[in-house]
Amino acid sequence: MFNFLLKRLALAIPTLLAVSFLVFLAARLAPASPIDIIAGEKATAETKARLAHEYGLDRPFLVQYLDYVGKIVLHGDLGRSFSRDRQPVTQMIREDFPVTAQLAIAAMLFALLIGLPVGVFAALYHNSWFDRLAMGAVVALVSVPGIVLGPLLALLFAVKLRWLPVSGWEPVTLLVGGKFYVSLVNPKYLVLPTIALGSRSAALMARFMRASLLEVLRQDYLRTAMAKGLSRGRAVWRHALKNAALPVLTVIGTNFGYLLTGSFVVETIFQIPGIGYVSIDSITKRDYAVIQGMALLVAVVFLLVNLVVDILYGVIDPRVRREA
Amino acid sequence: MATTLEPEVSALPARKSLSPGAEAWRRLRRNPVAVISGLFIALLVLVAVCAPLFTHYAYDFLDTKSYNSLPSPPDSRHLLGTDGLGEDVLSRLLYGARVSLGVSLVVIIVEVLIGVTLGLVAGYFSGWTDVGLMRVTDVMFAFPDILLAIMLSAIVRSGSQALPPASSFLVLFFALGVVGWPGIARLVRGQALALREKEYIEAARAIGVKDRNIIFRHLLPNLLSPIIVQVTQDIAGVILAESTLSFLGLGVQPPFPSWGRMIDEALVYKETHPLLLLAPGLLLALTVMAFNFFGDALRDALDPRLRE
Repeated sequence: MFNFLLKRLALAIPTLLAVSFLVFLAARLAPASPIDIIAGEKATAETKARLAHEYGLDRPFLVQYLDYVGKIVLHGDLGRSFSRDRQPVTQMIREDFPVTAQLAIAAMLFALLIGLPVGVFAALYHNSWFDRLAMGAVVALVSVPGIVLGPLLALLFAVKLRWLPVSGWEPVTLLVGGKFYVSLVNPKYLVLPTIALGSRSAALMARFMRASLLEVLRQDYLRTAMAKGLSRGRAVWRHALKNAALPVLTVIGTNFGYLLTGSFVVETIFQIPGIGYVSIDSITKRDYAVIQGMALLVAVVFLLVNLVVDILYGVIDPRVRREA
Repeated sequence: MATTLEPEVSALPARKSLSPGAEAWRRLRRNPVAVISGLFIALLVLVAVCAPLFTHYAYDFLDTKSYNSLPSPPDSRHLLGTDGLGEDVLSRLLYGARVSLGVSLVVIIVEVLIGVTLGLVAGYFSGWTDVGLMRVTDVMFAFPDILLAIMLSAIVRSGSQALPPASSFLVLFFALGVVGWPGIARLVRGQALALREKEYIEAARAIGVKDRNIIFRHLLPNLLSPIIVQVTQDIAGVILAESTLSFLGLGVQPPFPSWGRMIDEALVYKETHPLLLLAPGLLLALTVMAFNFFGDALRDALDPRLRE
């Protein structure tokens, strides 16, 4: 098990380095240098040279990259935003990431709670009206883009029915165990964004769960279990579900990617102050220390989630452990 | 032996044996979902190509009469009304179809050229090319795809002062093309790896056929149907990605119309003029749905074994 963990971690590090290099390189390939942006269009050549020296941008590319990575590894320093009073990027992440995390987790729970049961029932009642209806709904939901679903939900439930707020994010600070302050969102602001963000994943989970369970239901060991006298319900509960749920675990990892991506859109639609909203704002202001930092953050989170999924997979299924 | 079997074979009801392509076409025609989604796509292509025939307003025409006022509701001159700038909604929808389909076409060509070439080379030659390619795709997959496109176009944008509107298309082609190819490369590589071991490839190699000819004459034709299926399904993704980027202000720039940007601009008016939001939204959803349904049907038609 320890070797397995080590191997997984060892694979994640080069990927992370490559991602950071890609992000760094892409910024340097851009037609105008960051100095032009910082200094403004009217700056003289001397001002630009001075600024370039100040920011270390007159050094060779590789030195700059190593310096960037070095600062991250040694000091956890991602640079500073120049559009927001030179605020450190790490501080922005500390403030905004919890918001996005709450939204992403809520959407993931929503996707699991809706998607998995629907998938299970669709498989158990294969080719029934429920199965057909559910699978039709899946294709429809996968096809409705977040930029359409979000505004439609807001239109219906906030503008017409006035059940929920149109947009915004209201934090509620709770005191846990008399010691820690935890800032959570007022649930009524979470409902629409969660549905807008989680629906696509719910549909994908349902489809995958159904396919996976159908595959397991065809296996011989299930026939054996029922031949030994187990009822279909017990056989499914004790043997089929566990095995069918395994491949679904990997989908959770990739779906987390959809959720992170979707949060950019959903946060923009519902004006939620998370990393997506901040990133888009920084993009319009060309604040690219922030863009770089956020890109890295998203890659790290995505990698970590997939790493955890891989490890869990290894814990549950010994065959995976041995292969790796 | 063969002669004894002959009468029996001819006794069967006469049925022409169809080529695999014709067989797939027959299956596709009989699938109502495929027919409906296929017709929708054909219609969309038609209005996109012939947009000027269906509307007499150019996509950047500003109706000065209703300009600087609020959007106006549908009337006899503007069948779907005008938006907040006095632009005709119908013509922007139609030209938006042109942008959406045009961008997808270019992006798909880019990702197919890169993906198929690299996938074939990696799958056929294996070794270091293969290892290298797989590591690169690993890195690409470490990012959720639309997010990578957002980041790429964001960074290209953040570095350039003011891009002329037309070059926003180049940024889109670059960002979406870079994101799209690893999927195809992996697919082609996997298939090529399996086909490489087949007897007919070995036979071709044994009689001294050049690698290049084996790849293009023997491998590629056998890979066409999975590539076609993947591409049809990718179109839906590219349309989605383009509209999302444009929605976020990172894709198509004014004066060019895009469904994504129309949705973004309509958000302000959602309480007073919901049609501005609903029209591009529904069209976008239907288009993506049509490509998804058609892609699934095409997969079933080309490879019936894949159907559950």
